[in-house]
Amino acid sequence: MAPPMVRQTMSPSAAPEAPTGCWLPGTAVRVRALMPPGHVRTPAYLRGKTGVVERVLGPFGNPEQLAYGHATTPLPLYRVRFHLSDLWPDAAASTDTLDAEIYAHWLEPADAP
Amino acid sequence: MPHDHPDHDAPDGLSPSGHPYRADQDTDLTYWQTLEIAVRELMIDKGVVTPAEVTAQVEAMDARSPADGAAVVARAWTDAAFRARLLSDGSAACAEMGFDVGPMKLIAVENTPEVHNVIVRTLCSCYPRNLLGLPPDWYKSRAYRSRTVREPRAVLAEFGLVLPSSTTVRVHDSTADMRYIVLPMRPDGTDGMTAQDLAKLVTRDAMIGVGVARAPA
Repeated sequence: MAPPMVRQTMSPSAAPEAPTGCWLPGTAVRVRALMPPGHVRTPAYLRGKTGVVERVLGPFGNPEQLAYGHATTPLPLYRVRFHLSDLWPDAAASTDTLDAEIYAHWLEPADAP
Repeated sequence: MPHDHPDHDAPDGLSPSGHPYRADQDTDLTYWQTLEIAVRELMIDKGVVTPAEVTAQVEAMDARSPADGAAVVARAWTDAAFRARLLSDGSAACAEMGFDVGPMKLIAVENTPEVHNVIVRTLCSCYPRNLLGLPPDWYKSRAYRSRTVREPRAVLAEFGLVLPSSTTVRVHDSTADMRYIVLPMRPDGTDGMTAQDLAKLVTRDAMIGVGVARAPA
């Protein structure tokens, strides 16, 4: 079997800036709509979507840096709760939700331009 | 194995039992398997690990099973203080029972008549192995991973679990440093049962959230 393609790595300087503050549970946040290469732990289907902080975890090292042996500054990790009907245009109306863990540097205020 | 039966050369390429021969499952090593062997042998050559340590880790992984998670669930059903500790810090509560969940943190999510939780991992197939053992193959399948975040009720129905619309389905995509276990609802008719007997009602699927605990016999 041929070896897999070597992925382009994202340099630490290309990573979005980590926010300085910390969001409390209940805060509406939006996942940044970025598509960088690398060991990104933010699922593509959540990018650009708005949810609410369910709880704050961490701090944890940034896997986008850890995966390539770079030094990392620990970041808050948020569990963000989304409504399924906000994620999928064809979803039936319901109260069903999806929770995912999103690192701080992937989040912005829900009302950011 | 020697072939001592008389009809070894059955006609039409069929086995002596009359069924077609199935292809052997042996395949060449993949790129990653070859890499793993090379790295492991180098680490042994350089004295970083010993073969006995590698074997011990493999045996420790194989020894883990959903029975560990079931014991945690059964204790939460019978010990309200433990249940509260499990829901506030899953890793610490499991450590109390001698289960080390490893460097990842464990979050226990509780099913109620109003809320049903189900666990999935879209990015790869991370799983609370230290508590449930190796994951089932379907948990790693693209179909389970992609559909559970999009149409969880349809996926659950295929597992035989049809939930009323009054129950909120809460999907947990285990994207980063957390691992999850579902604390299923305690079945009716189990008053007075011991934790040991209750644990037998707790299935792996119930702890992933694609099923519920068994009813008592």
